[in-house]
Amino acid sequence: MKSLNELFAVRDEARKKMTVRDGGGDVIRVVVGMATCGIAAGARPVFSALSDEISARGLANVDVAQTGCIGMCQYEPILEVLENGKEKVTYVQVTADKVAKIVEQHLIGGKPVAEYTVGGVVDSVADSVFSVNNTDFYKKQRRATLRNCGVINPESIEEYIAADGFGALAKCLLELDPNEVIGIIKDSGLRGRGGAGFPTGLKWSFTAQNYADQKYVVCNADEGDPGAFMDRSVLEGDPYCVVEAMTICGYATGATEGYVYVRAEYPIAVARLQKAIDKCLELGLLGKNIFGSGFDFNLQIRLGAGAFVCGEETALMTSIEGNRGEPRPRPPYPAVKGLFGKPTTENNVETFANIPQIIWRGAEWFASMGTEKSKGTKVFALGGKINNTGLVEIPMGVTLREVVEDIGGGIPNGKKFKAAQTGGPSGGCIPASYFDIPMDYDNLVGIGAMMGSGGLIVMDEETCMVDIAKFFLDFTVDESCGKCTPCRIGTKRLYGLLEKITEGNGTLDDLDKLEELCRYIKDNSLCGLGQTAPNPVLSTLSRFRDEYEAHVIDKKCPAGVCKSLLSYEIIADKCKGCTACARVCPVDAISGTVKAPHFVHKDKCIKCGACMTRCKFDAIIKK
Amino acid sequence: MKKKISTLPFKGTPEQAEQLMAVIAGVSSGGHADKSMLMHVMQQAQSIYGYLPYEVQVMIAQGMDVPLEKVYGVATFYSQFALAPKGEYNVSVCLGTACYVKGSQNVLDKICENLGVEPGECTEDGRFSVEACRCIGACGLAPVMMINEDVYGKLVEGDVDGILQKYKI
Ligand SMILES: Cc1cc2nc3c(=O)[nH]c(=O)nc-3n(C[C@H](O)[C@H](O)[C@H](O)COP(=O)(O)O)c2cc1C
Ligand code: FES
Repeated sequence: MKSLNELFAVRDEARKKMTVRDGGGDVIRVVVGMATCGIAAGARPVFSALSDEISARGLANVDVAQTGCIGMCQYEPILEVLENGKEKVTYVQVTADKVAKIVEQHLIGGKPVAEYTVGGVVDSVADSVFSVNNTDFYKKQRRATLRNCGVINPESIEEYIAADGFGALAKCLLELDPNEVIGIIKDSGLRGRGGAGFPTGLKWSFTAQNYADQKYVVCNADEGDPGAFMDRSVLEGDPYCVVEAMTICGYATGATEGYVYVRAEYPIAVARLQKAIDKCLELGLLGKNIFGSGFDFNLQIRLGAGAFVCGEETALMTSIEGNRGEPRPRPPYPAVKGLFGKPTTENNVETFANIPQIIWRGAEWFASMGTEKSKGTKVFALGGKINNTGLVEIPMGVTLREVVEDIGGGIPNGKKFKAAQTGGPSGGCIPASYFDIPMDYDNLVGIGAMMGSGGLIVMDEETCMVDIAKFFLDFTVDESCGKCTPCRIGTKRLYGLLEKITEGNGTLDDLDKLEELCRYIKDNSLCGLGQTAPNPVLSTLSRFRDEYEAHVIDKKCPAGVCKSLLSYEIIADKCKGCTACARVCPVDAISGTVKAPHFVHKDKCIKCGACMTRCKFDAIIKK
Repeated sequence: MKKKISTLPFKGTPEQAEQLMAVIAGVSSGGHADKSMLMHVMQQAQSIYGYLPYEVQVMIAQGMDVPLEKVYGVATFYSQFALAPKGEYNVSVCLGTACYVKGSQNVLDKICENLGVEPGECTEDGRFSVEACRCIGACGLAPVMMINEDVYGKLVEGDVDGILQKYKI
């Protein structure tokens, strides 16, 4: 690709093929969501059944394509039918045997199969709603970063170009000088989506200022927060966008080499990204003299191997260099001395995914979304105790209430919301009392939580906050790299204290000790992992101190999670004496005669809960 | 994380050694291996041998001219590198936040009970190994587990016996 005209020619050609997008023709486009969630839920057999059925019936006007995450992970596999001038139709929980009917009745007969659509399957959506766009889950969302995810075929560069792909890169290389590019990013107000929210334009300008024979661009796709999958979705759904953005960053900062560090648990993302890189090399969108501008840029993928700390920028660079991924003290910052000792710009996947659009549509467009100090949109991976789990993109400043109640559809089984956890093992929880606070970087930090990379896990009354704090500490103990003592030993001691409390051996004194130890670890650890590891404890301790106190004073776990503090009891009035519980008990801790109320021997009970699951009369309770 | 180190005798074949040497040759030029590719080579070695026994670590160290202790250091740092072989079927239960909140710990306990092993262990007949992992990115389907490449989502404890049975025959 040597010029803008050549790019436009490819774009126009691709648009013609994807007639749905550009008017004319009666082509029907069918897309199947084939990101990790979709494939895990069985999208592959659906895709092949669909292709077989369509070729068996010789339907020349139907174009079948795979696409990235459509967002409603829980209702995968998802299949969408797009026709010119009509609202799209979304089929959810599709199986291979449903395909024939969809083809027959909808693709040939023109009449959607109502009972298989979102409205037909999902209880909370009105029967008449066929398109996911008209569900509450989608209405409050604004898809900017994810605009191509679930829309284009991620393995087709033509489709990416048809969606204005590489236009931004051409604009940068042919019309703007590096400083102007940085200026646009600065003006947009974009802040890093990896967690800390550092202004991206400023970060780029630091690297640009440093003179060196070699500079690097690094994309952080380590996505260490367990329970988050935004970066995976971007890489799987729109890999070309990341390639384009990194090339732009290279041009703006004067780097000619880039690395994408992807966690090894994401094989599909890696495969699609590799395909994108190869294709770009082939078309001259990577490599030497891109767009005839004289600018060269190369990109390589490096795989992580399962170490959370490698998401930290300096540890990530040590890992790319082939070492144990231990962090280095900062300063010097990566902009001065980064990868292989050279000036390096490191950004998160989602941060990069915003770049091409900012250049293409302008800084003002981006800055028009969001709040005063947090511009644009943020992608969240909504999970946990919530009806609609999935990928959610909202403008900064939307409230937690809107996310949980409107988009998320509330808590399953009529349970009560307790807290939402953001920021993973480095983050904190947002209790119900902050339901209406606009979520942006500064507000969340203000209430002792953080934006984090976008994992948003909802917890209900059956989640024990002490247990959750212990869960995260277990994680950080495991993941501490061991280089510095406050983190290596400190997190272990913290975990020990939490274990003591959840086992019912804690005292009020221990709560003070917890707090003191937290502060010590925060102040003295070498890297962000240790500095933030106490956050889940501090945040639950300040918001849910009563739960901690229940554990240490009353020796009770109000949520009914901590096994040592539980006891199972049979309510005599409700027990019909069916003996089911006694038979299922693995340790013979339940006795009683047929048709008479049974009884749990607490000294024998191992609290496995098998009896409670088995009882048909709700006669067994845990306290 | 402390890793189990295998005490089983090494059973590598010359073909496997050849494959590994080819990987190392692929990252070398002029007789010198690119040392930043160490992890890549180890990842390939693990897919060739299934794990990284001492003998393989020695081959990598010599082939790439890096100290053996560096290879060992990297192998023990990253949780993906295994120093003991996995079972024919590796059951990996997600203990990421989304899955944990939805009760994946109970699923893991149930699996261990069914197979009579602890997480990180392999059954005596070498058929099943069990491990806990952190988020495979299918959080929307939580709780999730993987048996080799097959992903099972929206699990409840009651599903466990039935699913394992499919692999036992
Ligand atoms: C322990 C730890 C883990 C981190 N994990 C990630 C991660 O998985 N992904 C990520 O993008 N940033 C992660 N970060 C943040 C990075 O260090 C860095 O700030 C970020 O990638 C910068 O990119 P941004 O400016 O685009 O946000 C982590 C930080 C710490 C301290
Ligand atoms: S937390 Fe289990 S798949 Fe993400």
